[in-house]
Amino acid sequence: MDLTLKIWRQKNTSSAGKMVDYKVTGISGDMSFLEMIDVLNNDLVEKGEDPVAFDHDCREGICGMCSMYINGEAHGPDRGVTTCQLHMRKFKNGDTIYIEPFRAKAFPVIKDLVVDRGAFDRIMAAGGFVSVNTSGNTMDANALPIPKDDADEAFDAATCIGCGACVATCKNASAMLFVSAKVSQLALLPQGKVEAERRVLSMVEQMDKEGFGNCTNTGACEVECPKGISLTNIARMNREYLKASLTYSEK
Amino acid sequence: MSKLDSRIPKGELAQKWSDHKSHINLVNPANKRNIDVIVVGTGLAGGSAAASLAELGYKVKAFCFQDSPRRAHSIAAQGGINAAKNYQNDGDSVYRLFYDTIKGGDYRSREANVYRLAEVSANIIDQCVAQGVPFAREYGGLLDNRSFGGVQVSRTFYAKGQTGQQLLLGAYSAMSRQIGKGSIKMYNRHEMLELVVVDGKARGIIARNLITGEIERHSAHAVVIASGGYGNVFFLSTNAMGSNVTAAWKIHKKGAFFANPCFTQIHPTCIPVSGDHQSKLTLMSESLRNDGRIWVPKKMEDVHAIREGKLRPRDIKEEDRDYYLERRYPAFGNLVPRDVASRAAKERCDAGYGVNATGEAVYLDFGSAIERYGREKAAVEKIENPDMETIRRLGKEVIEAKYGNLFQMYEKIVDDNPYETPMKIYPAVHYTMGGIWVDYNLMTTIPGCYAAGEANFSDHGANRLGASALMQGLADGYFVLPYTIGDYLSNDIRTGKISTDLPEFEEAEKHVREKLNFFVTNKGSKSVDHFHKKLGKIMWDKVGMARNAEGLKQAISEIRELRDEFWKDVRVPGSIEEFNQELEKAGRVADFLELGELMAMDALERNESCGGHFREEYQTEEGEALRDDKNYMYVASWEYTGDPGKSVLHKEDLNYEYIEVKTRSYK
Amino acid sequence: MALINSSILRKIVMALSGLFLISFLALHLTINLFTLISADLFNEASHFMATNWIIQLMQYVLAIGFVLHIAMGIQLTLQNKKARPSAYAMNKAAANSGWSSRNMIVTGLLVLFFLIVHLKNYFWVLKFGDMPYSSDYELVVKLFENPLYTLLYVFAFVLLGFHLDHGFQSAFQSVGINHSKYTPAIKWLGRAFAVVVTLGFSLISLFFYFSSLSN
Repeated sequence: MDLTLKIWRQKNTSSAGKMVDYKVTGISGDMSFLEMIDVLNNDLVEKGEDPVAFDHDCREGICGMCSMYINGEAHGPDRGVTTCQLHMRKFKNGDTIYIEPFRAKAFPVIKDLVVDRGAFDRIMAAGGFVSVNTSGNTMDANALPIPKDDADEAFDAATCIGCGACVATCKNASAMLFVSAKVSQLALLPQGKVEAERRVLSMVEQMDKEGFGNCTNTGACEVECPKGISLTNIARMNREYLKASLTYSEK
Repeated sequence: MSKLDSRIPKGELAQKWSDHKSHINLVNPANKRNIDVIVVGTGLAGGSAAASLAELGYKVKAFCFQDSPRRAHSIAAQGGINAAKNYQNDGDSVYRLFYDTIKGGDYRSREANVYRLAEVSANIIDQCVAQGVPFAREYGGLLDNRSFGGVQVSRTFYAKGQTGQQLLLGAYSAMSRQIGKGSIKMYNRHEMLELVVVDGKARGIIARNLITGEIERHSAHAVVIASGGYGNVFFLSTNAMGSNVTAAWKIHKKGAFFANPCFTQIHPTCIPVSGDHQSKLTLMSESLRNDGRIWVPKKMEDVHAIREGKLRPRDIKEEDRDYYLERRYPAFGNLVPRDVASRAAKERCDAGYGVNATGEAVYLDFGSAIERYGREKAAVEKIENPDMETIRRLGKEVIEAKYGNLFQMYEKIVDDNPYETPMKIYPAVHYTMGGIWVDYNLMTTIPGCYAAGEANFSDHGANRLGASALMQGLADGYFVLPYTIGDYLSNDIRTGKISTDLPEFEEAEKHVREKLNFFVTNKGSKSVDHFHKKLGKIMWDKVGMARNAEGLKQAISEIRELRDEFWKDVRVPGSIEEFNQELEKAGRVADFLELGELMAMDALERNESCGGHFREEYQTEEGEALRDDKNYMYVASWEYTGDPGKSVLHKEDLNYEYIEVKTRSYK
Repeated sequence: MALINSSILRKIVMALSGLFLISFLALHLTINLFTLISADLFNEASHFMATNWIIQLMQYVLAIGFVLHIAMGIQLTLQNKKARPSAYAMNKAAANSGWSSRNMIVTGLLVLFFLIVHLKNYFWVLKFGDMPYSSDYELVVKLFENPLYTLLYVFAFVLLGFHLDHGFQSAFQSVGINHSKYTPAIKWLGRAFAVVVTLGFSLISLFFYFSSLSN
């Protein structure tokens, strides 16, 4: 199939960007979206032009590196997939496809479609962990039974890949789904409960500092999340936060 | 041979590690604060090492080329992690895990290292659970296990099909904690481009900031390379697009020996190539072989009918199917080790029985598992005389709970429903057992330079068992390196900060700049990918699943030619001082073009078949690998001397004191 | 408000003030429905509302509730706008979220406008103005004789319906009440409440308007 691409081009963080039109031809439905961009880039390089910069790595939907806003949706029109798993069979011959970077104040554009998601790392560094040192002498893994349902729910929250689609999609560029996934995972497990209050307070504080918007419960993040992270995590975080604000004080 | 001292501690096998730990030198906490350690790579090995070293008090600088440590390709590991916990009471033990790993590696790994690996495996599970890694559990609240290829016990811990992700996020969270405390300084989007050696010791690196293009000097008292494997030399592999050999290759060129480069693991269950546009291959976890049966049609006319779309796989009668793994290896059946399963698939496809248009695919069929589970579930739910439809519905629910995400991934990629039609699979490059040579302390032949995880060669011999990569990465990073590095660093407590103004840094930086400048000023006409794809084809055809002397010799000369062409005709747009992904790729492919030749040389030198290395000249009448223990029971360790083709071979003999070396049989 | 500098606490204040306003709405609707039963009943209720000391006290609480809800809503919106300084060239918001959830500030501000008109025409007249009519009931009758006012009234309650449809369930989510077991019920209840409020208030106004026509 032949397609028209409208792609956001921006030289670096400080320069202004614009949408530029490109044509690609001979695209097969079995190609992934990124393989389609590969075709474009190979053409551009051999013509001596600057190829389109985009983030990608594992190309199997798990690393969370790829991050395009395709035709008005994070990771494109398919559900439950990242851009690298989006296949061209979702498009028709002659389609025009808009390709933009994830947009948020907290995710400045580095180049073209590449954005800086360092804010997520800083939120994690603020508390997204259990404070346990490496030791060959922690208690036996089976010493503490965990109800299967809790473990499963924690796992579901833990499958977040940190791609930022929730922020990109949210009309407020809120990072609540991302933050709540980690808060939830650790709040559900006995190992994480010990410092749950401290964790939620400091992660939310960092989230607010990074300039993300506030959640208004539109639920868009849940729909666009490639891993189907649930809104119940946000509710749990709200609950945990409220509880912690009322009862916790740093000694 | 004098150059290789594996420093295996004396004493009984089972006591070596604890004795060694008790006797090596330590650095006191006050001194650790004054010692810098650089860790390159933030996957399971690098991430866990960085976190553990920082917890101990060292000042750590960690580097990754991705935008966050959490993206490292360990994240894509699906199936699980082995540990000798014996929670299932099925006869597992440290010794059995050790034995299985040595045997699975076809007796080409170092006994003492593997024993240590098995020994610390249980600690890994304890540690990860303490970090909040959500492993799969039973209704009783205890951890669940599954079985994996090449073993007869259930010792694999897992988190659905995302075990690597959960373990990596565990290591990443431990790192995040140290980053928050300032004990780790994290350099995201930085690529190591040179090792700096001062007075014979590794003292720092030159790295490029991939956002600004700035070339930076970083000094340290020790450098840890945990940059993963080099499977992308084949262009198509299950590795991430960015996975590369560059960090490992740079230290190799500065004096670290490269061991067993030809030992490559071809994973049997990957989604087949769909066309020339393909940029990477996707793995379907080995855990699927627990329930999936692998087959091709017995009759050639069925094969043709299937390829032409006249028959569907379901239409082929049971007796007309060739479950070739069950036929050839009745004891292990579909759960034979990866190398055996891959070769068997190749054998059937080479014989013309491949089931897709390219003739390079076999079926992985869940039909019988769906039926079996369906009947079990019907019994549990007290449904009497269930009809076939009910059985299949119930069975599908069980399969979905176990492998749902994998099935979904398959469907998205192939556009075919694997609950109804068998999956099509074919082997693909997945893991590299070879890597930087290290001693028992994980130190390379450059003092102060360490290699951990897939980047080193030590634990998997000629073939890695499933669910052992995660185990080794975390063992190295959490439990081995943090101890052993102290032995070396204890001599550095008086050294003080290392200046980056030393002439060695100057020289290394100059060298890096020249290379990069060359790329952006070369007036070539072909993209980097053009060369990478060509290299991949040579490697896959001639240094792939089956090799022979003739082909390897051809590969060597073709790679040399391609390399010359690359340096003449590669085109890299843009400049050094900007975000430039083509420039990043160019440097990586330049290194692959050298590594490829060394791999072919190594394969040519090893006149035997063992594990993932299959030389067509050396096979039994039944087509099984024919090892030559008399002449080749050694680690082939290569020293760089200015040209990969002139590398010098050093042999480290392997001695098995606690294991009887046998022919590997899974029949 | 500057005291509450956490995004989640602000959400919680939005939610609690919203729920409080919802309870007020329920009461308000009940009393208004009295107009359809009898003028005396309504006048009595109205009198009770105007004189009972608890209600008088609650008036101030209600005012605070309104101010909090509105001021914080505006503040949140402004902040949220800042979180995405450059807009997408192409955005398919409808693919992943409902209209009412995305337009709370629009429906909210329009309802606020109506509220001001309503306060001026009704509350102000009763409380501080020169009451030209013999009873509260008569005031209601007079107001709805005006077709424009009636139209505005109905329109405002349609908007309020949308506002409530999202706001009701959203408030529960914000305070952390979400569970697969009862969240569907909350959502259903919210929608039902929104419909009842919209229909209830609209019917009253339309009833009086059409009654005035037939007189």
